[in-house]
Amino acid sequence: MSGSIERNLSALAEAVDHSQASGLVHGLDPRAKILVTLLFVIAVTSFGKYEVSRLMPFALYPAVLTGLSGVSPGRVLKRTLIAAPFVLFVGLFNPLFDRTPLLRIGPLVLTGGWMSFFSIIARSFLAVSAAVLLVLTTRFDLLCLGLERMGIPRVFVVQLQFLWRYLVLLAGEAQRMVRAHTLRSWGNRSGVSLKTFASLAGSLLLRTLDRAGRVYGAMKARGFDGEIRMLRPLSFSLSRDGLFLLAWGGYFLVCRFVNLPELLSGAVGR
Amino acid sequence: MHMADALISPEVGGAMWVVTAGLVAWSAKKLKEDPDEGRIPLMGVLGAFIFAAQMINFSIPATGSSGHLGGGMILAALLGPYAAFLTLASVLVVQALFFADGGLLALGCNIFNMGFFSCFVAYPLIYRLIAGTGRNRNRILAASVLSSVAGLQLGAFSVVLQTVASGISELPFGTFVMLMQPIHLAIGIVEGFVTAGVILFVLKARPEVLEAAGGGTRLRGVSLRTVLAGLAAAAILTGGVLSWFASAYPDGLEWSIAKTTGSEELAAPGTGLHSSLAGLQETTAILPDYGFRAGSGDDGAAEASEEAAWPNPDMGTSLSGLAGGAMTLALAGLIGFALRRSAGARK
Repeated sequence: MSGSIERNLSALAEAVDHSQASGLVHGLDPRAKILVTLLFVIAVTSFGKYEVSRLMPFALYPAVLTGLSGVSPGRVLKRTLIAAPFVLFVGLFNPLFDRTPLLRIGPLVLTGGWMSFFSIIARSFLAVSAAVLLVLTTRFDLLCLGLERMGIPRVFVVQLQFLWRYLVLLAGEAQRMVRAHTLRSWGNRSGVSLKTFASLAGSLLLRTLDRAGRVYGAMKARGFDGEIRMLRPLSFSLSRDGLFLLAWGGYFLVCRFVNLPELLSGAVGR
Repeated sequence: MHMADALISPEVGGAMWVVTAGLVAWSAKKLKEDPDEGRIPLMGVLGAFIFAAQMINFSIPATGSSGHLGGGMILAALLGPYAAFLTLASVLVVQALFFADGGLLALGCNIFNMGFFSCFVAYPLIYRLIAGTGRNRNRILAASVLSSVAGLQLGAFSVVLQTVASGISELPFGTFVMLMQPIHLAIGIVEGFVTAGVILFVLKARPEVLEAAGGGTRLRGVSLRTVLAGLAAAAILTGGVLSWFASAYPDGLEWSIAKTTGSEELAAPGTGLHSSLAGLQETTAILPDYGFRAGSGDDGAAEASEEAAWPNPDMGTSLSGLAGGAMTLALAGLIGFALRRSAGARK
């Protein structure tokens, strides 16, 4: 992961903050939101590599969700753009390798490589924004419950919940260690040396193992016997969640198989 | 090495999801049979540890750039392959969701590329064999470096295969491999040293931790695994480097056929089973004749006019050697696991 610990921690905290809000989208059953997000990503990535205009109608989904959920568009945009650099780097090879001319707009000739590059940008933006919105509008513990109800093995779901619970704690410890190191190293900000990292990570690991022992002891004291039991407060309302799923699923299907931009420009042209 | 959704197709993403889901279910089942119930909170906290440790950047000597820990090998050494796989998978899920590090459709690919090869291939077949659960410093160092390099090479190669199979990126297979493999070789070496450093630190402070922890793989026939690891190393070495020294001149059989019939290969019958099978082979061969497919007319002509040189550092040969080696290793690993499971059932 890139960026300083502080930035990563604040990204996490921000996500937690937003997911705790209430509203139309926040109140939806997580299973419906997970399924719609997956359908969205599958539909977007299933287009041929040169498609650009037919991807545009899909932008309605992140736009509507952003509007309804009260999350600021700037925030969604910022989180979406984090992933962009690497994808752009790989995508930029396309114009280099694919030079068959495809489209002529006046004096400008666009090669296949450029079309597929724009397609990659569009795909990236759409797919990442959908994931970002899912995370900003759904509490992580409810997300895990939704996954468990959809068939993910219980051991794995519990693992996700434990990870979530202790992530902030351990990241905070790591942050304090790094700060202590920086303060003692005359402001040398190029990161710790390999040897220092080994001892930092090593002592963090030892503390982690001790903590694991204490957690296990606490669980045993409360009657843990190896069997994982979960509370299940989720309820799928057909009128609300079912409608959400059907409406968006239907829209994605239409966008996938009907050339909406062409229809629109045809209607406007007439 | 996290793959993004923008570069994969639903077919590739879906297929890898199926594979990963199967691995997750299988690991979960294996863990249920594990009597050590303390492993569950340990997995959770160790997952958080890996996450936190990845946020600490260290500077790589002599390059001026910084890197961070992967952690697969440390997890595998402390938890055993099944728990480590699930822990890594959980870390990747959180990374994909909260840091856009890897797409949702690509999550199946990412969990496979970064989890499967380190936990189910590199750890049991390389690390465990060289270092075991002992305290020998040099063994641990060698085991860490070799298993990290192997795990990352296989994972990086997987990324290339998945991206090329998806057909969204125009990067040709050869160029992509030449970009990915050397970088991940360097990363693997650094990761190996860092992993060894952490493990040795823990050993010095709390030696009983590794001895108690390394459960999960019950080694029965050590000789079989030694053989597998040796074969794997030999295959990688042979395929990757020694193939450059493969003679460009015709081999014994081709030479004798040439002497008797005037051409190096016998002409195959044009119809019947032989030709349909040959047609099938032609279409499915990824690396025909141990090189790359001649993409256009000029490639073929260039190849024909090339003088037989020795050593013959043909990228195609070396890559097909590596690919062949990797596939053989994966196949061998799968066979090994199948044998273990069937033998276990027979008991």
